[in-house]
Amino acid sequence: MAAVIKLEDVHKTYHTGEVDVLAVRGVTLEIAQGEFVAIMGASGSGKSTMMNIIGCLDRPTQGRYFLDGVDVSHLDRDELAAIRNKKLGFVFQGFNLLSRTSALENVELPMLYTHDHISSARQRELAVHALHIVGLADRADHHPNQLSGGQQQRVAIARALVNNPAVLLADEPTGNLDTRTSAEIMGVFQKLNNEGITIVMVTHELDIASYTKRNVIMRDGIVVNDTLVENRSVAEVELRKLQQAQQAVKLST
Amino acid sequence: MRIAATLRMALRALRRNKLRSTLTALGIIIGVGAVIAMVGIGNGAKSQVEAQIASLGQNVVLIFPGNWSSSGARSGWGGAGNMTVEDAEAIGREVDGVTAVSPEVRNRQQVLANGLNWNTQILGEGTEYLDIRDWPLADGAMFTEQDVRGAGKVCIIGKTIANELFPNEDAVGQTLRIRNFPFKILGLLTSKGLSVMGTDQDDVVIVPYTSLMKRIERRTNISSIIVQSTSPDATDRVQRDIADLLRQRHRLAQGRDDDFTIRGQQEIANAATETTRTMTVLLGAIASVSLIVGGIGIMNIMLVSVTERTREIGIRMAVGAHGRDILLQFLIEAITLSLLGGVMGILLGVGSAKLLSAIKGWPLLVSVSSVALAFLFSAAVGVFFGFYPARKASRLDPIDALRYE
Repeated sequence: MAAVIKLEDVHKTYHTGEVDVLAVRGVTLEIAQGEFVAIMGASGSGKSTMMNIIGCLDRPTQGRYFLDGVDVSHLDRDELAAIRNKKLGFVFQGFNLLSRTSALENVELPMLYTHDHISSARQRELAVHALHIVGLADRADHHPNQLSGGQQQRVAIARALVNNPAVLLADEPTGNLDTRTSAEIMGVFQKLNNEGITIVMVTHELDIASYTKRNVIMRDGIVVNDTLVENRSVAEVELRKLQQAQQAVKLST
Repeated sequence: MRIAATLRMALRALRRNKLRSTLTALGIIIGVGAVIAMVGIGNGAKSQVEAQIASLGQNVVLIFPGNWSSSGARSGWGGAGNMTVEDAEAIGREVDGVTAVSPEVRNRQQVLANGLNWNTQILGEGTEYLDIRDWPLADGAMFTEQDVRGAGKVCIIGKTIANELFPNEDAVGQTLRIRNFPFKILGLLTSKGLSVMGTDQDDVVIVPYTSLMKRIERRTNISSIIVQSTSPDATDRVQRDIADLLRQRHRLAQGRDDDFTIRGQQEIANAATETTRTMTVLLGAIASVSLIVGGIGIMNIMLVSVTERTREIGIRMAVGAHGRDILLQFLIEAITLSLLGGVMGILLGVGSAKLLSAIKGWPLLVSVSSVALAFLFSAAVGVFFGFYPARKASRLDPIDALRYE
């Protein structure tokens, strides 16, 4: 299967003050179409830097990065912005929705910046469809502060999906959510992955990583472990378990 | 990104902080309002002065005797005393483009009538004087050419004289005395108001110049000549021709200075309007300062807004907004703010100028051009003071912006 993401000996050095910080020191990685990868590591391991590079928010200081077959390591700011708009969808830990803006308009946001003109009717249609995929079509008019954390993250996922990206990037998507909601969100990701969408996720939680298909572990700026997940968690099963545990608590009291 | 969508976004952002937007726009409202009101009042004052100058008559050229010097002593302006009725007649006869000429003799005298007396300006004029000054009679008739030839003891009087000497009766047909000579009042002039210099133009008795010269003053020279040319365009040439004619008549050799002075109405008007124009510019300049202060207010709020919305900017950039999209968004917000302020300022300015002119009785001239200028200027203020914050926003690093708390 064709590699959607292909990193060739990628380095990233930050020049802060007198000391150069070597955040990423030679990562070579290929992620194929339809994969579901968790990049793991402690803080300072370089996983966030990796995420920024893969997300075209930052450029490698050395090495090459092919996204969907295109070398994006030397593109300028505007070209990177166009790539982010067309080929990438972001889901953040803090949801990062525009406040006092309806869910629907939040989902429409990436289309505002799409080069090809999309009529407002078509924008609405696509946004409603994306909300439908994450199961929030009935909340389209709600503002973020009227939605629960899990619902806000679903809106964020819908926004990431709306431009039909090659890769969905999630940065600690369950970091602000409780266990149950985390499982629900991972269920959404698993469902999307089952439909063929490539997902790359940064997390430091093992149980969240176990929902993915492949774990890449980083330490000190290099990949130290790259394994396929055995005994993969399935969101529906986990949710059922949680429900049973809750019921057990209720019965015992 | 499309302008319509950006405009919608800007309006929404401004609506979210209604109080803040209103206060920011207030700076522009006051600035634009002040500019329009001040320029309006200034223009009003200018038009008032112009109306006064127009009261001098149409296309009027004044000729005064020049200075004269003898053994080093120099008489003042008009002291030469070498201007004659014949000069005036020659001008009327020989210069093309002159429609009317009147020799003028001026004098102040005590006039008596009805047991009342009054010191006033006596003007000795020709029959065409009222036509030149564009000064209609309210009652009666002008003295005739025959009165002039015969040095007739007839006069026409201004409104003020009528009020002072004939307070309760019709002045026309009555007699007033100038230096014991009885003058029959043939006509009453309409009121002309104050002159440019602030003197009362209605405080006047006009008699045939011959009467004043022969009967009252016993002089042979005249004070000045008033001439009307056919059109404003002809005035310059008429002035040159008069100068040539007078030099010839006074036998001035090549290289000697003129012994007369010619003043066109335009020169007089220019001097007078210069003052009011300076005032208008000054008022406008002071008002513009408040517009600039308003602009700084916009810049301040936009900078705060950019900082507050750093995360929003990060989100927009992450989903694909280019730097220029962000720039445009914030710039349009600033321009919208300043234009809203501009429109309200125009209303405020026109309103307050109207109010002021109603209270103070000043004429008001709010020209379309000053409104358009204020509107464009407020837009320019928005662009100028909105650009720096907007550029700052557009240059944010998306990673830092997303992490901003």
